[in-house]
Order: sequence, then structure tokens, then C-alpha cells
Amino acid sequence: MNTTLKTYAVRLFPQVAALVVILLMVSIAFPGFFRLEMQNGRLYGSLIDILNRGAPVALLAIGMTVVIATKGIDLSVGAVMAICGAVAAACITAGYGLAMTLLITIGTGLLCGLWNGLLVAVLDIQPIIATLVLMVAGRGIAQLITEGAILTFNDSGLIFIGSGSFLGLPMPVVIWLVFGLAVALIVRRTALGMLIEALGVNRRASMLSGVSTGVLLIAAYVLSGLCAALAGIIAAADIRGADANNAGLWLELDAILAVVVGGTSLLGGRFSIAASLLGALIIQSINTGILLSGFPPEFNLIIKAAIIVLILVIQSPRAQSAFVFLSRPQAAASKTGEETK
Amino acid sequence: MQPASSYILSATGIDKIFPGAKALNRVDFSLRRGEVHALLGENGAGKSTLVKCLTGAYRRDGGRILVDGADVDPQSTLEAQNLGIGTVYQEVNLLSNLTVAENLFLGRQPKRFGLVDAREMNRRARALLAEYDLDIDVTAELAAYSVAVQQVVAIARAVDLSGKVLILDEPTASLDTHEVAMLFRIVRRLKERGLGIVFITHFLEQVYAISDRITVLRNGQLVGTRETADLPRRDLIAMMLGRELVQEVAGEHGAKGEAGPVRFRFRGFGRKGHIQPFDLDVGAGEVVGIAGLLGSGRTETAEILFGAERADSGTAERDGRTLDLSSPRAAIREKFGFCPEDRKVDGIVGDLSVRENIALALQARRGWARPISRGEQDRLADHYIKALDIRTSDREKPIKLLSGGNQQKAILARWLATNPDFLILDEPTRGIDVGAHAEIIRLIESLCEKGMSLIVISSELEELVAYSSRVIVLRDRAHVAELTGSAVTTDGIVEAIAASAGRADP
Repeated sequence: MNTTLKTYAVRLFPQVAALVVILLMVSIAFPGFFRLEMQNGRLYGSLIDILNRGAPVALLAIGMTVVIATKGIDLSVGAVMAICGAVAAACITAGYGLAMTLLITIGTGLLCGLWNGLLVAVLDIQPIIATLVLMVAGRGIAQLITEGAILTFNDSGLIFIGSGSFLGLPMPVVIWLVFGLAVALIVRRTALGMLIEALGVNRRASMLSGVSTGVLLIAAYVLSGLCAALAGIIAAADIRGADANNAGLWLELDAILAVVVGGTSLLGGRFSIAASLLGALIIQSINTGILLSGFPPEFNLIIKAAIIVLILVIQSPRAQSAFVFLSRPQAAASKTGEETK
Repeated sequence: MQPASSYILSATGIDKIFPGAKALNRVDFSLRRGEVHALLGENGAGKSTLVKCLTGAYRRDGGRILVDGADVDPQSTLEAQNLGIGTVYQEVNLLSNLTVAENLFLGRQPKRFGLVDAREMNRRARALLAEYDLDIDVTAELAAYSVAVQQVVAIARAVDLSGKVLILDEPTASLDTHEVAMLFRIVRRLKERGLGIVFITHFLEQVYAISDRITVLRNGQLVGTRETADLPRRDLIAMMLGRELVQEVAGEHGAKGEAGPVRFRFRGFGRKGHIQPFDLDVGAGEVVGIAGLLGSGRTETAEILFGAERADSGTAERDGRTLDLSSPRAAIREKFGFCPEDRKVDGIVGDLSVRENIALALQARRGWARPISRGEQDRLADHYIKALDIRTSDREKPIKLLSGGNQQKAILARWLATNPDFLILDEPTRGIDVGAHAEIIRLIESLCEKGMSLIVISSELEELVAYSSRVIVLRDRAHVAELTGSAVTTDGIVEAIAASAGRADP
């Protein structure tokens, strides 16, 4: 157990360190940053805000991590968010109950994932193309559902998911924390994690070893669809309406970025959901931090890009071997010193 | 001591340290003009590492390299190329989707008005290949040609670019006899032109056929450099293995226990376009060998038996019960196992650890919901690392960092962990060193004694003869002959291949 904890610590160190550094930098520019307040049984503060605003990307990153581990990618999650938001709004305004609405919405997300999974696993279409189909078509489908307008609702149950709180934490935070923990436990406590990693590294060798590669691939995309559905519900509940044009727009890219910042390779294989969630928090901290620090908004994207490039450089194998190389001459020198004695 | 100038390349005291391991320890290596110098050693001995230090692919951590008497320090393969050191790897490092001529002149295409002059390039490519007696369409895609031709193209490019030293890293591993002969003609001609040639291989006959001197490495240390003519084969093997002569692989193994009753029965098993329907019986504790030339349907037979390709005709039975072999997953449920020929593509899961690679098939059979606990995995991995003598610093090392023979043993362990009754081995000893070779053959024999049924495909006939109680001969994707009992000899197999060839020719 001790050694596993140690491996986790080593694996997550760069992400944790990056997050801490960014939070400290923001707190220098904005002194009240770490202040937390309890109001009406709910915590308020910039840190809570980061956890809350980061919920959609964090949720998407969970599914994206697993998809990327299979050597795939899911570009459709932003569009699926829009579809699911539209479905949720349409159902609730059509008079369905909250449970039924959530059931239909989540079912829609699962179906979208199944579609992607079938294209990738059965028809053997490259993931980037297969999911591009739904990325393009998805927003059209969402617009058809909302009939081009922003579909608003005021069902208190659905709104609670976006702005309610539970145990002092905003609901979106509770949802992504619980869901992320559940998925991470399921993949690591069963053999799914190892089988997914094997599939991502060498699909044919895994198939020849008896791994059900097709089923696993489909399951990965279905999970991603489920994550997009949850993120879509939260996004819609947050603004109390479904905006087919803007809900989840470009979030697929943020989710991919979160996974990459989390250190999971786009070439598939080894993955860590916890690291991806930290990646999502890093991205959101940068967003929030830049806003709070009072930089002119036009700098935001550039600063964000620069920080991300820095994190990726620190993570790159080349940079790491350069660190090793730089630290080695002394070791070698001391060794030859011993030999000459 | 020869004057230094007779050495075209000399390396002294080369050190290379990898995190946690010393891959080369003060290794000396020298190459004369116009000699073929065989570089030998078991897998993991440091041959590839030495070559990579010479070609600048790795940075050495100590020692000197002299080319034509001048100190050099190549930082990249490009720099080594400019110094005159060219390399041809086993897996041809060319671009198979470009034409032959483009491959030869990539990066230095003849230009005319700033544009590539394709006509001039093709003319020069033809002239260049003519030196190698190769008359092929240089405007065709490289992929259209056999590995042997691609190999020659790679050599032509390397020699044309570098021209002093040519390093051939296992060039013959996937060539047949004729192709090897063709390659050797080319090597001899280059030798006459004064090139120094470093030749890495696992085939000792080829070493004696072509090399002038031999350098042996073991565990990153130099064992010695000898004139080939003065080094008997037994001594060479002793140098490589570092033990007193382990009985050479081929030879009297004698006791091939009598095959038990027929356990697996295949009738009219086949798939259109892959392998013609065949009948096959395999008993408990029996090794059935499969022989044939490349492309005769050996691998196709293995794949169809394992369900990697679904049979479209025939039946498979075990003790009278019909077997479901529709997919590898189904076959594994019937206690089948399959070590594929192409270890890197079909066998190992490179980034995963040795432990995970060993546990993979067993885990896949148990299903995702019943994970093998970490403790159990550790025990499993440690058991097989010890039992099969898999050389790895620890079980958590990514398997891609192991040498070929050790990877092969890990794949074997993956199947042994599932406790199979029917094991298909496709070229289990290809491209692995002498020591691992002998160990795998002993393993095949002991599995057979324990009552497992084995199908072994091999192009090394002596090896097949040593452990098979029967040998099936394939040609043109059909089973054409079956040798049993005293007919199982290398001559018998060669005759069967030749005879069936004769019969088919009008």
C-alpha cells in the first residue's frame, strides 16, 4: 500500500506542483484569493469558484482520459453537451418530471457515445474523424431540438443541479468529485484500467491475448458520452436554459488539454483520471486567476497559452532527460573520483 | 600490432550508462579496411548499444572513437553518416510509400531550376542499383518489393551516403536462403571495394560463411576479438554463453515421448484465400511441427487454429466435443494459447510492465470484473521470471526495454499463466540469441512431457526435427505432406517441400 501511495505521489507531483504555483501566483496578485466564507450553509470564495466553474471541463476530462488511453480522441463532447442540455430543457418544459428528464438526457448522452464507439470499434474509422461527425452534426441536432431559440426553464429541481449546494459545496462540484472518484475506483479496482491501457498500447496484441477490444472501445466512448451528458445538464441548469449555439462550445479542446496537462499521452496507454482532474483545475485556475488579477481580458488567452506551454515543456520527456543529463556529470565525476582513490 | 592506419574505425574504452544499468563497460572494437567483422553476443549483451554509440544515435559516456585515425564524436546519425559510417537496420528504415529512387536520394534529390529532376534522379538510381545487380523499376513504390530488395536499397543508400563503414544490424533475420546468398554477394563486393563492414546476426553459419573476424560481447563487456578461421564453433558458443559448452541446440534429444491418444481433431479446417482446408490430429503430449517456405501458409494455419482468422469451413473437436474457435477470446476459453511470429506487433504490449504483460491473457480470460490482485500478479510474474530466466532488472520494467529473447519468454509466460492445453508457437526462436534459444527448446520439450499439445512453426528444420513427433509440410497455402516417425529428418522435410513443388509443376 505504501509503495502504491508513493507511485501515485510521484505520478501526480508535476500537476499538484503546477496547481500550487499558479494558485500562489494568483494570491499575490489578488490578496483575498484564499478566503472562504460560509453563507446560508454554502461555502463561498475564489477557490470554490474554481471548483464550480471547472465542473464541465472536469467531467469531460474524466471520459476523455479513458478515450485517449485507448489511443482515441472524442471531439464530439462539446456538441453532445449542447444536445443533452437541449434535451433536458425540452423535456422539463414539456412537463416531464425531473427524474424522467435526467433519465432521458443521460440516455441521450449514452446513445451519442454508443454512436461514436460503433464508428470507431466496428467500422474502424479513425477516432478523430468518427467523432468529428458528431461534433459538426451535434450542434445542428441541438438547434433542431431548441428550434433555434434559447430554451429557458424554471424547474427548481433542475436548477438545483446547477446552483444548489450539498454539504456546503455547490452541486456541480459534488457531482464531478463523486463521479470522478467512482470512475477512478471502478477502473483501478477492477481490471478495466489495465485492459484499457493494454488496448491503447497495442490493440492487436491485446486482441490476440483475449481482451475484448471492441467492447472496451465502445465502453470508453459511451463513458465519454455519459460525462458529456452530465456536463450538459450542469451547463444548462447553471444558466436556466439550453443555448444550442454556445453550450459546451470549444470545451472538447479544454478537456483534451486537461488530459494532456494531466500527463496522459495522446498515443494511448498509461492514464490517470486524478491527474486529468488536476489538469482541469489548472486550466480553470488560470482562467479565474487572470480575471481576478485584473489583466485586460484580451491578454487572457495568450497568458493561458504561455502557462500551458510552460507546463508541457516541464513534462516533456526531452526536458526530463535534459534534467537527468544536467544532474549526471556530478554523479559521474564523484564516481570516477572514488575509482582513482 | 598493426599500424593504426589499417583500421578504418577503432573504438576504445566505450562506456554507456543507462539509468540503473551499465550497458557498455570499456568496450574496445576495431574494424579494418575491407573486412567483414561479426559482432556477436546474446540478446542484451550490448551489441545494439555499441552500434548506436558508433552511429551517434546514443551519446557515449566514455571512450574514444577514431575514424581513419582521427578522433570523432558523432552527435547524430547524420553526423556519423557524414563521417562515413552508415547503418542498415533489421527493420528497414526507409519510407515504404515513396519510390525506390526517392528513397535512394531523399534529402539530396538532383535539382533542376530548383525543382526535383525526377528523370535525372531515376537515371542515377538505376545506375546505382546496377552496381548491386539489381534491375528493378525505380519509379515503383518501395513497398512493392520484398524485404530483401528493400534491404539492398537501404544498403545502396547507406554506402552511397557514407562509403567507409557499413553496419548491418541483423540484415538476414527475415530473408530466405536465396536472399541471404544475394546479400552476401553484395557484402563481398563491398568488402573488395575496401569498406569495413560490421555484421550483426544470430545465425552462426552465416558468421562462418562471411566474416573475417569476430568480436563477442557479453553483459556489456568485451569477451574478445578473434580471427574467424581460428575460432571453432564450440569455442565461439562458449565465448557467447560464458558457460562451458551448453550442448548445441540441434542434435540428440532422443526422447520424444510417444504421443498420447488424439485429443484435438480438426477436419476440413480452412479459410478461403488464407489456407486450404486441412485435417489435423494432435495428441496429448505431442509436438506437431509445421514446416514450409515463407508464404506457404504457416502463419495462416496458426491464425486459423487460434481464431485470429475465422475458419469458413470444417470442424474442430476436443475428445469428441465441438470447439468454438471463432475468435481468440473463444479459443482462449477452450484453453488455447498462441505466441505470434511478429513479437513486436502482435505479441508485446510495449509500454506496459513485464508483470502486466505476463498477467494479460489470464486477466482477459477471467474478465474485467475479477481482477487478479496485485499480490497475485507479483507472484505470477516473479514465478515466471525465475522459471523461464527472464532477464529484467525488475518486474515493473516496461517490456519494450527487454531484449528480444526475454520478450519472447515473457510472452510464453503470458500463455503458461493461463495453463493452456493447446499451445501454438509461431517461430518461437526467431531472432533470439543462442542461450535463450536452447532454453526455449528445453521448455517446449518439458511442456510436451507434461501432456500439453503443441503446434510449433519454425523455419529451422534441425530444431523442428529435434522436438517434433510429426511434421506437417506446407506449400502454396495447403498442407501437402505429413512426416512421421523415422521420416522426420531435415532431409526428409526438404525432400517433401521439393517433391511437392515438383508435383505441382507440370
